[in-house]
Amino acid sequence: MRRVALAAALAVLATLPLWLTSTYYVNITSQILFYAIFALAINVLAGYAGLVSLGHAGLFGIAGYAAAKILTGGHAHAAGIAGALAITLVASAAFAVLALRGTGLGFVMITVALGQIVWGVAYRWISLTNGDNGINISGRPSPLGLSLATPAGFYWATLVVFLLAVASMWVFVGSPFGASVRGTRDQARRMNALGYHVWMIRFLAFLFSGFWSGVAGVLYLYYNQFVSPQAVALTASAEALLMVIAGGTGTLLGPIVGAGLVVVVKNVASAYIERWNFVLGAIFVAIVVFMPEGLVPGFLRLVRRS
Amino acid sequence: MTALAVRELQKSFGGLQVTSRVNLTVEPGERRLIIGPNGAGKTTLFNLITGELAPDGGSISLFERDITRLPGRRRTHLGIGRTYQIITLFPRETLLRNVTLSLLGLSPLRWNPLVRLDAQAALVAQARGVLARLGLEALAERPVAETSYGERRRVEIAMALAQAPRVLLLDEPFAGLSIEERRDVLALVDGIPRDVTIVMIEHDMDVALDFAERITVLHFGEVVVEGTRADVVAHPRTREIYLGE
Repeated sequence: MRRVALAAALAVLATLPLWLTSTYYVNITSQILFYAIFALAINVLAGYAGLVSLGHAGLFGIAGYAAAKILTGGHAHAAGIAGALAITLVASAAFAVLALRGTGLGFVMITVALGQIVWGVAYRWISLTNGDNGINISGRPSPLGLSLATPAGFYWATLVVFLLAVASMWVFVGSPFGASVRGTRDQARRMNALGYHVWMIRFLAFLFSGFWSGVAGVLYLYYNQFVSPQAVALTASAEALLMVIAGGTGTLLGPIVGAGLVVVVKNVASAYIERWNFVLGAIFVAIVVFMPEGLVPGFLRLVRRS
Repeated sequence: MTALAVRELQKSFGGLQVTSRVNLTVEPGERRLIIGPNGAGKTTLFNLITGELAPDGGSISLFERDITRLPGRRRTHLGIGRTYQIITLFPRETLLRNVTLSLLGLSPLRWNPLVRLDAQAALVAQARGVLARLGLEALAERPVAETSYGERRRVEIAMALAQAPRVLLLDEPFAGLSIEERRDVLALVDGIPRDVTIVMIEHDMDVALDFAERITVLHFGEVVVEGTRADVVAHPRTREIYLGE
């Protein structure tokens, strides 16, 4: 049953641009996919490691800015992507070293501060980031001769990256290292007494999360062909965290569902309702009241009960 | 060679001295009981030995190796195992996963992000073996949150034993158990082979005195009496501490 559902979902996703005639909705789906990658990355920390980050848009944005700077410097797309991911990994290591000095609320506050530093740099260091005007890039790459300039081409490329992200998360969660990460979430003290290096486990989980945040940031840049301080703002971090919480932390499907919900409400509801943030807020309140564990675990609970 | 040697160990929290120049020597294979009223510093002593707390002074040796400055996880790899007075398990996970996590803690496999943990047949079989040894094999797939208090106490011991420790520190293993459960856990502890040195904190004298070969009495962070069961029971300081004579 599970395999049939998975195969059906894959078939729908793979053929989506063929039967979805409106490029608008193809683009919306691309957005859902790269935001889902971002939400999955945050879920590694918030869901499996028990470390709630409110500064991950900083890493997402660092990747976007780094790729934009490399590309506008006249370098190839491959160099832009590889350079951006390397810089994001270094930034993730720096974030982790600082943020892992605390856990719980302390960790949250340090990540907020780090995210705000990145936002400050993006906004005020004009010679580097072009400030409020952001950085434009021209064109998307053409891997293996396939152009990503069209909405469908970009969608399929994003889908491939998304599937890689999901597969890597699936392997990670079921691995001994994934079990170690969950152990540090549930009983850090016991894990230390059992011989685990709790700090290093959290540090490596942070790097893994930072890497996929960077991948999502590069996709965001190519999608918009533009990056600005808006991408690294605190609201961007909060929005991504809400995707995870709304869908269900500590699950693979939850962040994907959460990303779909937020992107659809943002894009579709905003076309009809001026104050679309109100709609999003009301939905979150409803989720917290009726399914505090998130949509996916909540739905599964209802199915089991029925 | 001593299994565990604590020399002049000191620890204070602010102005409160909780461990005051404690000396303790435990021989290999010995069954040592540590008793004392609440607040005597028994669990603090365990936390200092396992590295959960850093001492202000003194030293700790494990089989003649100085471990005073080693982090707790390294001490576990050298052969110190422990249980907690307040049950400290992974409540969302099954009993099997709890014991597997314990085994994984000493395995390089714990860093591997590329293989499925469930597919590690040898590790899982070993975990099942540990559960069987403690009479918990029928509950292997049950989440800890759905087990009784007595079963959790046994899982605590199972997790410590799974790591084949050379020195096992049991912090009130009988706390909160019924008479029948105490009997079961005592039989379990009695069945631990002699190559494992055991240091136990316990309040239940009826159970613990039968188990111990030597007893150390702590009071206000100091060792006040140490000796055989007869020595300690007959000692006026023991009577004073426990009966207020």
